[in-house]
Amino acid sequence: MSARPDSRLEFEAGSEPLVSVRGVTLRYRSETTITTATYRVSFDVLQADRFVLLGPSGCGKSTLLKAIGGFIEPTEGELLLKGKPITGPGSDRAFVFQEFDQLLPWKTVLQNISFALTAGRKLNRQKADDRARHFIEKVGLTPFTDNFPHMLSGGMKQRVAIARAMATEPDVLLMDEPFAALDALTRDRMQSELLKLCDETQFSVVFVTHSIPEAIRIGTRILLLTPHPGQAKAEINCRGTDETDESGQLLSERIHKLLFDHA
Amino acid sequence: MPDTPDRADNFYEVDQNRIDVVERPRSLWRSIYAQGWLRKSLVLILLAAIWEFYGRRIDNELVLPTFFETMAALFSAFASGELPAAAGYTIPVLLMGYLAGLALAGILTALASATRIGADLLETLTAMFNPLPSIALLPLALLWFGLGEGAIIFVLIHAVLWAVALNTFAGFRSVSPTLKMVGQNYGLSHLNYILRILIPGAFPSILTGLKVGWAFAWRTLIAAELVFGAQGGSGGLGWFIFERKNQLLIADVFAGLLTVILFGLFVENVIFKTIERRTVERWGMSGNSR
Repeated sequence: MSARPDSRLEFEAGSEPLVSVRGVTLRYRSETTITTATYRVSFDVLQADRFVLLGPSGCGKSTLLKAIGGFIEPTEGELLLKGKPITGPGSDRAFVFQEFDQLLPWKTVLQNISFALTAGRKLNRQKADDRARHFIEKVGLTPFTDNFPHMLSGGMKQRVAIARAMATEPDVLLMDEPFAALDALTRDRMQSELLKLCDETQFSVVFVTHSIPEAIRIGTRILLLTPHPGQAKAEINCRGTDETDESGQLLSERIHKLLFDHA
Repeated sequence: MPDTPDRADNFYEVDQNRIDVVERPRSLWRSIYAQGWLRKSLVLILLAAIWEFYGRRIDNELVLPTFFETMAALFSAFASGELPAAAGYTIPVLLMGYLAGLALAGILTALASATRIGADLLETLTAMFNPLPSIALLPLALLWFGLGEGAIIFVLIHAVLWAVALNTFAGFRSVSPTLKMVGQNYGLSHLNYILRILIPGAFPSILTGLKVGWAFAWRTLIAAELVFGAQGGSGGLGWFIFERKNQLLIADVFAGLLTVILFGLFVENVIFKTIERRTVERWGMSGNSR
């Protein structure tokens, strides 16, 4: 694991960032009001990072992720993927949402994954099916290959969504609180499975969560955001466990202080 | 602190096999009663019995022929080929009007989903024309298209178009934002996005639109044929009914009406039901699983 200083915008020369977010302000426009979701946020995601956006609800972390996904245009600043500006949604970034209804209900597990492969890229049906089966096996759902999504539990649906995202071999996986709607036991198991998959495949992930323990468990690097509107508060390294630093303070305590102490 | 007694930890032997009844079939009577078609057949038999009884009591075949007289008329009209010929005239016209209405509804909805002004157009047109009964347009249609199939197809299109377009567009709007984002993420073209994401995603309401449109078309057609028949067109089912009434063959009128009902039931319970079973029910999108 590369040791990086806690202050941001200071990375080793030679490693070009995979995703670059530079001074991005995002605003929602409704008929009567304009809401600022995030204000001048900057960060870089490197290859094989598990980059976590952490903050309380209302800090614009999901909005930020959707902007990387290309669903929202920034009002200020720029978003780059491998040095190129992000202009819209595309299959080079795969999204996993929190909602269970992200699978197409009219397609089986296999079809959901292989359709993602044949739709964007011109992979033929046979190859798409083969790769889909491979990833279904990876998430342990082979017995459910030909089931429709409504027959699966919430955890299984999220596994299919993750398998689908990985099968498209994107540059980066964008995960928007994918385990938030699961029960605690399932969430715990899904977190370990995700870590295992990431270690095997060396995927780069941007992961949004409001849970400090989840951020520490998943992340290699954590960006803390303040609420209303979201501004970057700190960007810190993480080794997957809640360690104590030199001053004897737990990482989770430090994060909690950074997020909630306004002194 | 309340004084609670000391309790030891307990551990139990768990054996799934010792449970003798996990699932048990229901009693014969209950499983017969659970069959929807059986219950409905019972209702039908009851209705036919009441009809027969009442028909015999008033004993006036010009007002109300009995059930068996109607059935006899139905069979003889079928055997003589008159009813099949009438249906054979009605159904192709119906299908033409229905399909043309669907095609137009498709174009209008695609426009509406692509641009905001298209949506405004659809909403305004639907608000104006949906409440207008199609049969009210028949006099105008006869003026424009003459006494022929053209006029009938015109009113049929009007009957189908708005109901289908309205439901389809409402369905497109109700497709969950997550599903829409997933679709955009795939990098599909706009047309493919409509065909592969929006249409299946909106299929429950599209199906409702198809059913409502079908019912409107069917009623409009029979009504149009009744009017049309009076003006000397060729024979459809509506015409058959009208003509037999003029000849005071009331049992035949009832037979014609029954044919209309039977065909309606067939389309609703066989064709649409099959589509429903193979799509929304299979996909778990039907909401109400009966």
